[in-house]
Amino acid sequence: MDFLIFQVPILTVQAVLDGLLLGILFALIAYGMALQWGVMNIINIAQGDLVILGGYIAYFMYLYGIHPAWGVIVSPIIMYFVGVIIYKLVINKVVDRDLFISILATFGISILFMQLMNFAFGADVVLANSGYGTTMLFDNSVTLPNSKIFSAFISIVFAIGLVIYMKKSKLGRAIRATAQNARAAKILGVDTEKVYAATFGINAALCGVAGALISITFTIHPYMGLPYTIRSFMIVIVAGLGNLPGVAMSGMGLGVFEEFADYILGTEFRIGSVFLLLVLILVYRRFKLSKKREYLK
Amino acid sequence: MNKNIILYAAILIFGIAAPFVFPAFKVQLSILCILIILAITWNVQGGEMGYNTFGNILFYGLGMYLCASVQVGMFFPLAEWTEGGGEKTFVHTPAQFFQGFAVGLAVAAVVPAIVAGLIGYSILGLRGHYFAICTLGLGVAAGEISGGIEIIGAGQGFTTPPFPKVGSLEARGEFFYFCSFVVLVFTFLAVKAIYSTRFKLVLNAIRDNEDKAEAMGIQTMKYKIIGWMISAFFCGLAGGIMGGLVGYIDSTDVAFDGREMGVFMVLMAILGGKGTLWGPVIGATVFHIFKEGFWTFFLGWQYVALGVLIVVIVIYFPEGIMGWLREKYPERFGEVVDEADRKAQVELK
Repeated sequence: MDFLIFQVPILTVQAVLDGLLLGILFALIAYGMALQWGVMNIINIAQGDLVILGGYIAYFMYLYGIHPAWGVIVSPIIMYFVGVIIYKLVINKVVDRDLFISILATFGISILFMQLMNFAFGADVVLANSGYGTTMLFDNSVTLPNSKIFSAFISIVFAIGLVIYMKKSKLGRAIRATAQNARAAKILGVDTEKVYAATFGINAALCGVAGALISITFTIHPYMGLPYTIRSFMIVIVAGLGNLPGVAMSGMGLGVFEEFADYILGTEFRIGSVFLLLVLILVYRRFKLSKKREYLK
Repeated sequence: MNKNIILYAAILIFGIAAPFVFPAFKVQLSILCILIILAITWNVQGGEMGYNTFGNILFYGLGMYLCASVQVGMFFPLAEWTEGGGEKTFVHTPAQFFQGFAVGLAVAAVVPAIVAGLIGYSILGLRGHYFAICTLGLGVAAGEISGGIEIIGAGQGFTTPPFPKVGSLEARGEFFYFCSFVVLVFTFLAVKAIYSTRFKLVLNAIRDNEDKAEAMGIQTMKYKIIGWMISAFFCGLAGGIMGGLVGYIDSTDVAFDGREMGVFMVLMAILGGKGTLWGPVIGATVFHIFKEGFWTFFLGWQYVALGVLIVVIVIYFPEGIMGWLREKYPERFGEVVDEADRKAQVELK
């Protein structure tokens, strides 16, 4: 086998490092998905498209001469309101209904967003150049763009910030109460409608942060949203709802897996392997549970 | 009963006469037939069995690739054909074309059904939204992977054999129209026959409460797999015909087109009414007329319109046209309505 990665073993280090830094970003997106899934029982197929939209905000700042790193601040603020608007228009009508309805409705939103972004921003693959340079390791055989380190750092800061916010603030407590029992929370005076809107907004804001970071470190394209949705879904089902360390770990694991798939199978199979991995994980869990005569629910 | 026979005869006569009465719409009518087949097959799975799938596009695309590959591969080297320009070097004689197409369709129907049977045991153990997302993943993965396989054209696509020069200029359109119409009739009758047996009741039992169905001694897994295989069989057939009709297969834009066909089939079945025999037929017809009628006005904005349409249908018409009719005229659906009970309900409202 003439795989490059076996001939040049140092590439393994490269793949692992790249994968870990990429995986932290995935974990951030998956955290948002776990949040809304846990609180509202909604699976948002448009998650990835929110990420890409957040990326375009940072990209536009870059086009207008503002350093794209500021997108990390601006993008979540805009995306929060986008999320609240989506919630008010669509999501609040599907919250209490069958999960399939929410999947289909958000699938519709996803198609809508994809196409609107295609019109607004064009079908080119773009990236916002942060100009951070690269770090060389191991005699220049491993290259590590500083932007990736920056993005991993920012993701961790946001994730920790959100965890603290959820623990300490009044809204955070209300969100956690609603997640535990929406009815009881309502009786105790929590405005669940507001909580839902805020949850969806926070999720969208997280997507905005992740998108801005992706536009700096990788590339964005209007149709690249669905893989991010699938990745975050996969991370959430591997880690389980409300298991934050698990989300971080499985996010990084997925990142490393992808980098290796990229080296071994080739870039054209990268996205395909992600989707196949999802199928395999679900099937594995199904067989594991069926031994106990249970099923994924 | 008499009324039904007249209705069926009218539809059959319309179906046979349509390409001659509306010669300009032959391709559209063929696509309508394919869409109806897809909606009916999705309904077997999603409507009757309650397993909402986004993954039937897998069988559709598989059928499309298989039919074209067999049609080419039976007579010419497939690799050279797809490498580029093969369709200019190798020319099918009419006999070869039809023979290849017939064998191709058979393969396109049987292999997806076998694939469904093979993966069915693993995938159908998932329930609800896990099943939905898993099948979504399957469909997209199939598209991505087939886009990387050289022998079926990889990213540059696969040109299906061009129609041989027989008969008049209209022959191609008529041939594909009648192919799809015959398959549609076959599908409809087969599904109708299935729906009148115990099998449908089992599927409904699985939809309503799978655990209870299992407790009643029904081997749910067996029925689920058979249900999915039926779906896959007709999906593959539809895909095979569509491949020949379009004349060009691309991995993500034509074959495993989750963004179009994959969503369309779900949407059509829901629009018409899940879990009814006629719902998907009506839904597909309304959807196709709407799509073709209005798409041209939304030029470039089709997907925006599609997204809005999905959201609106899902939120406001989850029961579909048949569900709405059922609520309005329950007597027509064989429900016994007590007048007094109905009045009481109206007063309650």
